[in-house]
Amino acid sequence: MNTQLGVSVKRKEARDKVTGAAKYTADLSQTPLLHVRILASTQAHALLLGVDAAAASAMPGVRAVVTGTDAGQLLCGGILRDMPPLARDRVRYFGEPVALVVAEEAQQAMAAAAAIQVRYSPLSPVTTIEEALVPDPVLVHENLGSYQRMEADIYPRPGTNLFHAVKVRKGDMERGWALSDETVEGTFHLPQSDHAAMETRAVRCSISPGGVIDITTASQSPFEVRELISRYFDVPQGMVAVHVPLVGGAFGGKAAVQLEVLAVLASRAVDGACVSLVNSREQDMATSPCHMGMRAELKLGARRTGEITAARMVFHLNAGAYADISPKLAKAVAVDCSGPYRFPNIDCDSFGVYTNAPYATSYRGFGHAELFFCLERMMDKLADALGMDPFELRAVNALKEGDLTATQVKATRSNMGDLVCCLDRLKSLINWSEGARIQEPGGLIRAKGMACLCKTSDTPTDASAAATVSFLPDGTVALNCAAVEIGPGIRTAMAQILAETLRMDVGRVYVNMEVDTQTAPYYWKTVASMTTYMMGRAVRAAALDARRQLLALGAVAMRCPEEDLEVENERVYLKADPLMFAAFRDLATGYKYGNGNAVGGPVIGRGSYVMDHLTLLDKDTGKGKAGRSWTLGAQAVEVEYDPAQHTYRLLKAATVLDAGKVLNPKTARGVVMGGMSMGLGLATREEFVQAPGGVEGATSFRTYKMLRIGEEPEYLVDFVETPQVDAPFGARGIAEHGVIGMPAALANAVAKAAGVDIEELPVTPELIWRKKGRP
Amino acid sequence: MRSCTGKCFLELEVNGRTVSVAAKPSDTLLHVLREKLGLTGAKPGCENGDCGACTVLVDGMPVKSCLMLAAEAVGHAVTTVEGLKDAPIQTAFVEQWGFQCGYCTSGFLMVCHALALHHPDADDALIETWLQSNLCRCTGYAEIRAAVKSILADGPRRA
Repeated sequence: MNTQLGVSVKRKEARDKVTGAAKYTADLSQTPLLHVRILASTQAHALLLGVDAAAASAMPGVRAVVTGTDAGQLLCGGILRDMPPLARDRVRYFGEPVALVVAEEAQQAMAAAAAIQVRYSPLSPVTTIEEALVPDPVLVHENLGSYQRMEADIYPRPGTNLFHAVKVRKGDMERGWALSDETVEGTFHLPQSDHAAMETRAVRCSISPGGVIDITTASQSPFEVRELISRYFDVPQGMVAVHVPLVGGAFGGKAAVQLEVLAVLASRAVDGACVSLVNSREQDMATSPCHMGMRAELKLGARRTGEITAARMVFHLNAGAYADISPKLAKAVAVDCSGPYRFPNIDCDSFGVYTNAPYATSYRGFGHAELFFCLERMMDKLADALGMDPFELRAVNALKEGDLTATQVKATRSNMGDLVCCLDRLKSLINWSEGARIQEPGGLIRAKGMACLCKTSDTPTDASAAATVSFLPDGTVALNCAAVEIGPGIRTAMAQILAETLRMDVGRVYVNMEVDTQTAPYYWKTVASMTTYMMGRAVRAAALDARRQLLALGAVAMRCPEEDLEVENERVYLKADPLMFAAFRDLATGYKYGNGNAVGGPVIGRGSYVMDHLTLLDKDTGKGKAGRSWTLGAQAVEVEYDPAQHTYRLLKAATVLDAGKVLNPKTARGVVMGGMSMGLGLATREEFVQAPGGVEGATSFRTYKMLRIGEEPEYLVDFVETPQVDAPFGARGIAEHGVIGMPAALANAVAKAAGVDIEELPVTPELIWRKKGRP
Repeated sequence: MRSCTGKCFLELEVNGRTVSVAAKPSDTLLHVLREKLGLTGAKPGCENGDCGACTVLVDGMPVKSCLMLAAEAVGHAVTTVEGLKDAPIQTAFVEQWGFQCGYCTSGFLMVCHALALHHPDADDALIETWLQSNLCRCTGYAEIRAAVKSILADGPRRA
């Protein structure tokens, strides 16, 4: 049997996706179906004086109008319960849901929503981190102290706009500064932006007469939807059925639970009839959660030899109007604040900050693209100040086995991987030796920049996953697990892990593409690049459990000790004579003897995994273990810069990740390139632009620019394989990491090309021009 | 000149078959394909003509079906992704890993299919001109480029 790993197995749903047969949430046929339209706030910050729906309610086809008061005193939030599902008393961001219209046709709902009269009394909006932090600021949440905290380690500061703070204290800062020969400083500004998955968020909901809330949703978190809906509406979890078909891209944005709550309110208003709520693109950008912004101040001190001796860092995350997952983002930034480097002395503060902007949720990289933009710009500034090669500076500071990370976790080859090896590969991939800044004939300048990256999982300490493996009478295998297929081919990867463990052909493993919380075993969420690890472990455990049962039944059937048997090619065979075997199809539903007697019964393998050895962070020092391991790597970008126009072209982008083990080479490469493309979008053009008053200005693809074909660089991707000992077949998560170092690498390239310091994104020609123009 | 108010019956030619649908004058072709004919391969991504996920062929040319009224399609041959029968571009997308989530795929397939029909010798510049109408958020476009090149007359010219 050939291995099923390290080979480019085509994704199981490939044919459906090229024939139009693949079904996403809004594609499912359902009759009758009512349509929901959100009326969104036109104000960024205002008192809500009244919502008059009389005229709207009387319009053709309208079945119900739902407003904030219909949700009682309900406040939503997985960590801090600070968000009314529909605005009550005040609105806190442009685009916030104010009312819902349920109508027979989508156009009728849209027309009626426009007819709702909302009276606002505008308040001064908090539009920047700086405004949020002034003494005696305008408060986005006046009742911050009264909100229910769903987790112990969250520290809101009532009377301010800070809803969470994480501290990292390591070593002795005074000594660190005293040892330094050189220091560099930077103040960074990153805008909010959008996930921009091609499928907008969509949900269906009905409530049966018996009270079962049935939800179909484009979500990364079906089990969290179940848990939160159960909590918000006070129904048992078993009465909430959540289905997730194929999802049209997610990137963290579909991990948040928002539209599901609105859909339940809408369905409840029409006696449980099935309602469909599909975001318009504009509302997907303005109303549903976005990618956070950041302000950061960093200072690094280093010896002449490059060894960093001290790091002071303050991160303020622009989380917008509601906390959602941002306390964890603040934590994730703090946990990895020293990157893959050995910083002996660290003083880091990371804050979650409210502003009157769209609220943020997880976004591919979970805060790391922003963190590494700041950190890796600082590394290049330091390299410049020291007159060192940027690669050399990173290699000098790379964490080595036995070193402690920022939160004092001991680094090993298994949990960290091999940064120096990644750096070496990257250096040749991008042809660093030809020079980082080359003057071309004709006045153009070709320049290269690089950056390192690393990321750990930052999961809850008890995040868990489970899977079951069952057999069809023909001996083929069915996998049941709740990893959502959001694009990276994860369900195919799970089939590969199962096939490899049972030493069978992956083509004979069936895995459907829908997740149903009523039948699939629990999985925390499909996020954090953790499915390969967590679900991979559960699937492998389930496969091993099935294998044990097959061996036991095989031993009965073949009248021999189990230890004489082996499993391969859908057979349990005698090691001494492989032609003596019992086929899976003869064992899968029980073994039948010649006289008709039967033993065994259907084989079902069960596998579970829960994160082990993770701890909460110490409140005062940050000491603690936030993930089982890291995935690290290095990236580079080559640009061609036109000094006359301050424009540039992307020539090449390179990534080397320590993947532990590449399970599916073409899929791995594709996922990394996709991440790079997204990172280059953040680096070069993507941003939310707020007009005065906090009105969101870029809520369509006409104003919010993304990379199109022809603008992409040549992609160079390579992998190092340092196994993570506890991971399935050594494989680390790689789904997010392509994005992380791209903004920094691009900015480092442009900084070199144009001879300017870059401390903000996106790097537009205008930004370069402004930098050049300054005396 | 056709004129109607309220719902009316439209005869459309979709994927080689003539179908009759009740539609409003304001219904887009995308809406009618998806909601009346159950052809959900064409996707709404922006309903503003920016993303191309709803692209279908009208008389063999790619059209964003969110920008065309169903009434305007009367008398024209509409082809959706469901009407592609083992077109080379479909296999090429599978072979070249031309998609991840799959949501933009139908639209890209239709543009690529039409490009290969009309310009079997298209060069990079022409490929880009045609495909810049569409957005993909999952891939970095390298695989889509490879897929379309693999079906053009002289095969792949760049890995």
